[in-house]
Amino acid sequence: MTHPDEAETLPAVLLRADRVSRTFGAVTAVDDVTMRVGPGEVVGLLGANGAGKTTLIRMLLGLLATSVGDVELLGGPPDLELRRRLGYVPQGLGLYRDLTVAENLAFTAQAYGAIPPELSESLRLVADRLVADLPLGLQRQLAFIAALAHDPEVLVLDEPTSGVDALARAALWDTIHEQAEKGVGVLVTTHNMKEAEQCDRLLLMSQARLVAQGSEADIIGFTTAIAVRTKEWARAFAVLNEAGQPVMLAGRDVRVADADADHVRTILADAGVTAEVTGVPATIEERMMVLARAPEEP
Amino acid sequence: MTYAVRHASVRFSGTLALDDVSLQVEPGSVVAVVGGDGAGKTTLLRSLVGKVQLEQGEVDAPPPEAIGYLPATAGSWLSLSVAQNMDFVGGIYGLSGEALVSRRDELLERAALGHTVDRLASQLSGGMRRKLGFSMAMLHDPPLLVLDEPSTGIDPVSRVDLWRLVSEAAAAGAAVVMSTTYLDEAERAASLLALEGGRTLASGTLQDVLDSFVGAITRTTTPHRRAWAWRRGREYHEYWPTTVDVPIDSVAVTPDLEDVVITMSMLKRHDSELAS
Repeated sequence: MTHPDEAETLPAVLLRADRVSRTFGAVTAVDDVTMRVGPGEVVGLLGANGAGKTTLIRMLLGLLATSVGDVELLGGPPDLELRRRLGYVPQGLGLYRDLTVAENLAFTAQAYGAIPPELSESLRLVADRLVADLPLGLQRQLAFIAALAHDPEVLVLDEPTSGVDALARAALWDTIHEQAEKGVGVLVTTHNMKEAEQCDRLLLMSQARLVAQGSEADIIGFTTAIAVRTKEWARAFAVLNEAGQPVMLAGRDVRVADADADHVRTILADAGVTAEVTGVPATIEERMMVLARAPEEP
Repeated sequence: MTYAVRHASVRFSGTLALDDVSLQVEPGSVVAVVGGDGAGKTTLLRSLVGKVQLEQGEVDAPPPEAIGYLPATAGSWLSLSVAQNMDFVGGIYGLSGEALVSRRDELLERAALGHTVDRLASQLSGGMRRKLGFSMAMLHDPPLLVLDEPSTGIDPVSRVDLWRLVSEAAAAGAAVVMSTTYLDEAERAASLLALEGGRTLASGTLQDVLDSFVGAITRTTTPHRRAWAWRRGREYHEYWPTTVDVPIDSVAVTPDLEDVVITMSMLKRHDSELAS
């Protein structure tokens, strides 16, 4: 818990990577990445699989050595002592499926030398059940409580809300924001682009590099998409798709990411499709698609 | 031909897994079934493809050979190559020789899997494996395509690819039903069905669902009633039963699908707590 007058003694940066690279043989998994997470910040790490997110996280936690560059966790090179002040929820949740809820918490608390935390009402009802028998939403809640039991100063969450419904997702984000308001720095990965708005700042990785950062609006920048409204959506979709345009269906409309409106109009007119073609701001997925399709810069 | 599940109830060892749920899909369109783990999505999709016995209700679906079904788990044999997976399923549907090879290659090309034909399915990434499963379900060009969470756990860029494949199938005339945990995929479908605990939360086009919302949503940094508020970034959104209830210091917002689904879940839970 951070008191206002303790704020000055907090390290200014909780997680830091300074021009970090990592290679595996001939493959570069992380290429010259610089980033930081400060106290009270919720930072979202986005990118396709294989973009380098997990490799970056493993280096930040000290689980993997860097090939080039330095990382810091809580002001120093990550080691076992510093990792005790970290809360980590991996994608696989890191729970013992053949232990009960209560046993899992007792075990984690003991490992960190903390007191087993209090359970939420919904978890109290199932305290003696095996984790393997719980619905995914409760398993995710439990993984959070276990990771927070020792009052960590940094939280690293790898797809914390995957697979749960909107209300359970909202409850998990409540917990994340509560931690941030206490001064905890949070680094979170997600594949759900609706969650970009939950983060104070986003880091977007593509092909081992950090290609964009900032707010959702910063990342989308001036990228536009083309919205095509027509009664013949199926034909519009088919002709644009055949013409190699990055086309998507949106309800009964068709969208084309990163295209030229006049070019789209010409393709449709040549095929005899009547349509209303307008430029609209791109979504963050469309921006990611454009970045992923972009040829390697020299 | 419209395919449908009407007023379906399904019980597994005494527990109601589906409670009076209806779903309808037209040729040339995509219907998204959205909900979390345990909402009843898989049971509903399995009812449509005839793999689950209904306690009540009825199903209008084509015969099994006219359905392409991608289950939530598996979908391909890991120890077979990509080509072998396709050929095996093709054989089941009576495809062989030149016809099978050309259909197989066309589908793999469209899914950007053309370069992987000799690779074992176990060596594909999660996203590639789901695209392989999709291609297998599409081999016999079925009029009804039923996809159980084709995009769960795969990254946003692969998801865009998969959505394009789904759109292509619908543009070519297939009726497509897909389940998802992502609300943005539900927004992109022609219509959606939101499920929770085996029951319907909302259904219709995106506009129908947004229009069905009763009450008001406000945005605030300090919610008046914490139990009826949820985070949207650093701010909260808060639900009010009628516009008259909205305090003067609050700013009303136009609810989006996330607001509507969260509110309907909260109301449903509130009702069932009152009832018990």
